[in-house]
Amino acid sequence: MAELKASMAGNVWKIVANEGQSVTDGQDIIILESMKMEIPIAAEEAGTIKELKVNEGDFVNEGDVLAVIE
Amino acid sequence: MIRKILIANRGEIASRIIRTCRKLGILTVAVHSEADSDSPFVGLADEAYLLGGSRVQESYLNVNKILEIAKETGAEAIHPGYGFLSENADFARSCEEAGLIFIGPKPEIIQQMGNKVEARKKMEQAGLPLVPGFSRPLIDSAEAAAVAEKIGYPVMLKAAAGGGGIGMQAVANEDELIKAFEGNQKRAQLFFGNGDMFIEKLIEKPRHIEIQVLADSFGNAVYLWERECSVQRRHQKVVEEAPSSFLDEETRNKMGMAAVKAVKSIGYSNAGTLEFLVDADKNFYFLEMNTRLQVEHPVTEEITGLDLVEQQIKIASGNKLDFTQSEIKQDGHSIEVRIYAEDPKTFYPAPGRITTMELPEGEGIRHELAVHGTSVVSHFYDPMIAKLVVSGESRDKAIERLREALASYKIEGIKTNLPLLMEIISHEAFSQGDTTTDFIAKYIKKLTV
Repeated sequence: MAELKASMAGNVWKIVANEGQSVTDGQDIIILESMKMEIPIAAEEAGTIKELKVNEGDFVNEGDVLAVIE
Repeated sequence: MIRKILIANRGEIASRIIRTCRKLGILTVAVHSEADSDSPFVGLADEAYLLGGSRVQESYLNVNKILEIAKETGAEAIHPGYGFLSENADFARSCEEAGLIFIGPKPEIIQQMGNKVEARKKMEQAGLPLVPGFSRPLIDSAEAAAVAEKIGYPVMLKAAAGGGGIGMQAVANEDELIKAFEGNQKRAQLFFGNGDMFIEKLIEKPRHIEIQVLADSFGNAVYLWERECSVQRRHQKVVEEAPSSFLDEETRNKMGMAAVKAVKSIGYSNAGTLEFLVDADKNFYFLEMNTRLQVEHPVTEEITGLDLVEQQIKIASGNKLDFTQSEIKQDGHSIEVRIYAEDPKTFYPAPGRITTMELPEGEGIRHELAVHGTSVVSHFYDPMIAKLVVSGESRDKAIERLREALASYKIEGIKTNLPLLMEIISHEAFSQGDTTTDFIAKYIKKLTV
């Protein structure tokens, strides 16, 4: 099981995968937006998205868990 | 002369514009978002009004509210600064329709130069050399491969709607191109809602060198020499200087004259900047024109002694340029570093609250500040919180001063790129002027994004 964490503080701009979806290593799951910059957060290993912990528009801090992949 | 100006911007540039207005005896109106209520520029202006919420759509892009406040306060002109509405032709047009002076070129010109494809075409007609490329979006990877074959590898793949380096990739051969094409197209579609891709010849060991121009409404135009802005991260400038240590007198004059000829031919007025890539053999290629004041304009001011905001206001007031090309002198060397609220290693934005701010003072040191010692740096806006501009009689002297200034520059409470800036300007390759656009990747570290 792997936790997908926010690499910076900002808003959840877009969620581009769904719970239950199988994803590949390196696939973009969530796009964060902060200070005019968009940062894609990608899966670090292949698996299934067990849980999405955030919604579009949420504010997250650096290190917050965004999703759980197993 | 204009007597009252509304500044449709925030941060350091709003403060910068207010400073010149005060010098000229012009009244100022600041407009701001909720998040910026405590920002320095709000207190500096003669009057300040809340635009709305913190999101840019509710505040700095809220055209109706901005125009309404301009009318109510009796402002005669709007200075758009950079970013936000500064290159928005519709906004410039709305200002005109509301009887306000937009401090910048005519809306038609903003529109022309804002469209990358049209700008390239226009400037090519005006005699500027372009990077060899293809003038319409590519249909698929097969067409991309055919075009690349014709231009010759390596090539640069670019998303039409791209920004901040997203959708942009250098490729060395057909395999790489095919692989990169679909990935970048998909990403551009996802990010910008537009997957149009272009291809250009990759200029190797390029430098980013731009020419500052000033043009009045009577057909007079001059160039204020160049700025070199090659040191970048994520395709955004970090260190800028004037003059460039790379250009010789002949190339410098050639670029300047070509720029002036181009702006005259399109009927440009006010301050503007033509961005070029310059290759190792000093061939220069037009990239784009910025129809506004640039972030890095202070280095030009430092070496010419001219106040660019003052020139903008005079031109917008209908004055003629009061000097000719031969009367513009350059003296010494100036370097600007951009201080960003970001992680110095990953370059990720790092908003937060500043707890301590101590700034160096001394000869040849100039500050442009968006924050004060207890500011909250919000995630709503650009991460640039300050600019440090240092000047000296030579490049070596300027670098020495910059190193001393950075050593005593202190911002605590948030992460900043100060350590990265120190590393860059202390590097031997920087002292030697080996500043190509891959400087950070080559000498400092591999980019992680």
